[in-house]
Amino acid sequence: MDMEFSAEDIAFRDEVRAFIADNHPDMSAKKELGEEMSKEDFLSWHRILHAKGWVAPAWPKEYGGTGWTATQRYIWSEETARADCIRLMPFGLSMVGPVIYAFGTPEQKAHFLPRILSGEDWWCQGYSEPGSGSDLASLRTTAVRDGDDYIVNGQKTWTTMAQHADWGFFLVRTDKDAKQQEGISFLLIDMKSPGVTVRPIITLGGEHEVNEVWLENVRVPVSNRVYEENKGWTCAKFLLAHERTGIAGVASSKRGIERIKDIAKSEQDGDKPLISNAFFKRKIAELQIDLTALEFTELRSLAGEAAGKGPGPESSLLKIKGSEIQQRITELALEAVGHYGAPYFRGFGEGDNEHPIGPDYAHRAAPTYFNTRKTTIYGGSNEIQRNIIAKMVLGL
Amino acid sequence: MDFTYTETQDMIRDTLSRFLADSYGFDARQKMINSETGRDPGIWSALATELGMLSAPFAEEHGGLGGGHVENALIMEEMGKVMAIEPYLQTVVIGGGALKAVGGAQADAIIPSIIGGETTIAFAYAEPQGRYDLANVRTTAKADGAGYVLNGHKGVVYCAPWATHLLVTARTGGGHRERNGVELFLIDANLPGIVRRDYPTVDGNRASEIYFENVAIPGDALLLGGIDLIEHIVDNATVAVCAEATGVMAKLHEGTLDYAKQRQQFGQPIARFQVLQHRMVDMFMEVEQAKSMTLYATLHLDKPASERMAAVSQAKAKVSRGANFVGQNAIQTHGGIGITQELAIGHYFKRATMIENQFGSADYHYERFERIVIDEAN
Ligand SMILES: Cc1cc2nc3c(=O)[nH]c(=O)nc-3n(C[C@H](O)[C@H](O)[C@H](O)COP(=O)(O)OP(=O)(O)OC[C@H]3O[C@@H](n4cnc5c(N)ncnc54)[C@H](O)[C@@H]3O)c2cc1C
Repeated sequence: MDMEFSAEDIAFRDEVRAFIADNHPDMSAKKELGEEMSKEDFLSWHRILHAKGWVAPAWPKEYGGTGWTATQRYIWSEETARADCIRLMPFGLSMVGPVIYAFGTPEQKAHFLPRILSGEDWWCQGYSEPGSGSDLASLRTTAVRDGDDYIVNGQKTWTTMAQHADWGFFLVRTDKDAKQQEGISFLLIDMKSPGVTVRPIITLGGEHEVNEVWLENVRVPVSNRVYEENKGWTCAKFLLAHERTGIAGVASSKRGIERIKDIAKSEQDGDKPLISNAFFKRKIAELQIDLTALEFTELRSLAGEAAGKGPGPESSLLKIKGSEIQQRITELALEAVGHYGAPYFRGFGEGDNEHPIGPDYAHRAAPTYFNTRKTTIYGGSNEIQRNIIAKMVLGL
Repeated sequence: MDFTYTETQDMIRDTLSRFLADSYGFDARQKMINSETGRDPGIWSALATELGMLSAPFAEEHGGLGGGHVENALIMEEMGKVMAIEPYLQTVVIGGGALKAVGGAQADAIIPSIIGGETTIAFAYAEPQGRYDLANVRTTAKADGAGYVLNGHKGVVYCAPWATHLLVTARTGGGHRERNGVELFLIDANLPGIVRRDYPTVDGNRASEIYFENVAIPGDALLLGGIDLIEHIVDNATVAVCAEATGVMAKLHEGTLDYAKQRQQFGQPIARFQVLQHRMVDMFMEVEQAKSMTLYATLHLDKPASERMAAVSQAKAKVSRGANFVGQNAIQTHGGIGITQELAIGHYFKRATMIENQFGSADYHYERFERIVIDEAN
């Protein structure tokens, strides 16, 4: 047993670090203004990584992965978080991509995988419906065969970034009479198809991040179905297991804690910086300790996987603890900025450099706190994750 | 001991809640917030003239109803239930409270116009470096002939864009963070040299950064009483905010219960899941305790300073924690729909969140309570 990096690992780390330093687009201006990232911003880093061949470290090498060891992937996520790199959208790279290389036809693989890697296609995930959230298998969107097509009707909701999406992967009901999970199919739908309507849902911080997606008599070629008809649930379950890469968000939470320390060094509490307030310091310490516990739980679970144990239901632990920590970080940041959590940056008028409204780091504190409530709701709510542990791990 | 409300108090509550139910529906509130000025001034004049609501805590000699802290608390609770963005806290509780405390010609001159709705006040006390310490004041008021000259920067002054007057804390002497030398001034909001940057707040209000650049103010702007007076009126305000929180929290809880009973997943209302039931029970207990602590502190507001401060800090610490718990769990129990702008629940959550730190976070009040009750008593 050993937790030190080898000399090769350290050389790899240095290479990664240098690459990021030399190539990552400069987003500092945008961040200072508290602006949201555009599709182009997201894609700028994606394309750079694609050119380097590093865009999909988790994929098998034959489909365009990097062939890195688990340790190298760990280093990669550490370094990208440390440098605050632009997030890569997960819907293609971490979700539908793996489903396609695991279950897709040769034609589907040849067509879609390269376009996911290059960023040419932007994907969204059409699972949830107004009546089917936690109880996903009750979904009602239907797909009825008509020659070589399906005719799809229904409504999806919470579809993240669908406003930018070229393609969506959808769960639809192809057999109304079968038991819930058994009548579902996995369809790839061109978002530009006639009958697809995307309407924004604005979330608490004012973001346009999620959408309603209406499907009205949308024609989808049967060749866009992944895996067998009525076996879509198998793909969905596989995808869930794969989502676990990075589900704990350890690296980015580390960065988050560092950010709070920076804020707390700038904020004054009497004649001292806030970071020396005993109560505040203790909260940072608690967070950091909980994050260490999470990190080592994740590393143990990765080691188990490397030793051949498939990802199991204990990944629910990573989701629960990881999301709670993410929320506590945003909560502490909001607490740290004091009065300046209140100004709503989206409403700031034309800039007045002489009279700024609070420190830059305060501008997004409240909206981020509000927005991050989502992490315990999506991807299987934390209640559902606890049910999974109770049932699958504890046998209750 | 008697915890029952008087007939007049019941009447105030009934009249107000009926009025607010009509004028402050969720859509109406959204419309106000998103309008150019961020409010509907007609509501404030209706509160003043049609309902006579702004007279509740003032003495009869000023045209008031002769009430006090209890009236303020129940009005704030009703305001909380609809997330009202009216400047009642700033104008009546804080500004009016300060004038009541100093009395004399200043009170005679201004209280009637508060009651009439013509005078609205914003409380400019916080400074960028000051956090919640009321003596951490860099803004200066330099004596100049019969008056003073103000210089400095006040941050996040709620309701300032609508105010006719500003109630400002400033230093006439003493070093930065010294209690001595901090004074309270009530001034015209439109004096030359006052620069404002206005903006919306995350909880639907409007606020400003205010810069005083050699602002000449008259000598009778000074409300005598120094830091003790300031602490007193901030304690009043803190309890008023606790009262508002009880309204907000009750709505968060009620909305969650309603939603959980109606939302079906796995072929049953989610309210059937025991883990959610217990959570809603815990929320209920927080709401009840918030009400208890608000009452406890309300009834201590006229006690000697250390007793008053200990009571207020207990209430605010408890309410801040409770508002956090109830808000977060309301959202969680709603699932995705909870984090959208579409339902009122998310807006209550935002207001609850801002209340957590308004006039001091839970930690600030734990610390103040410890200092008074544990350190100084031993
Ligand atoms: C920001 C955001 C982005 C999202 N992005 C996407 C996306 O891109 N694509 C997509 O398909 N979906 C997406 N979702 C949807 C997400 O997966 C659902 O919100 C989630 O599954 C919960 O469903 P729900 O919102 O309908 O809540 P509900 O299922 O109605 O749950 C309400 C509450 O009841 C609890 N509950 C439900 N069942 C049980 C039970 N058996 N035991 C105990 N408690 C229970 C839940 O935990 C929750 O607290 C997103 C959601 C959010 C908030």
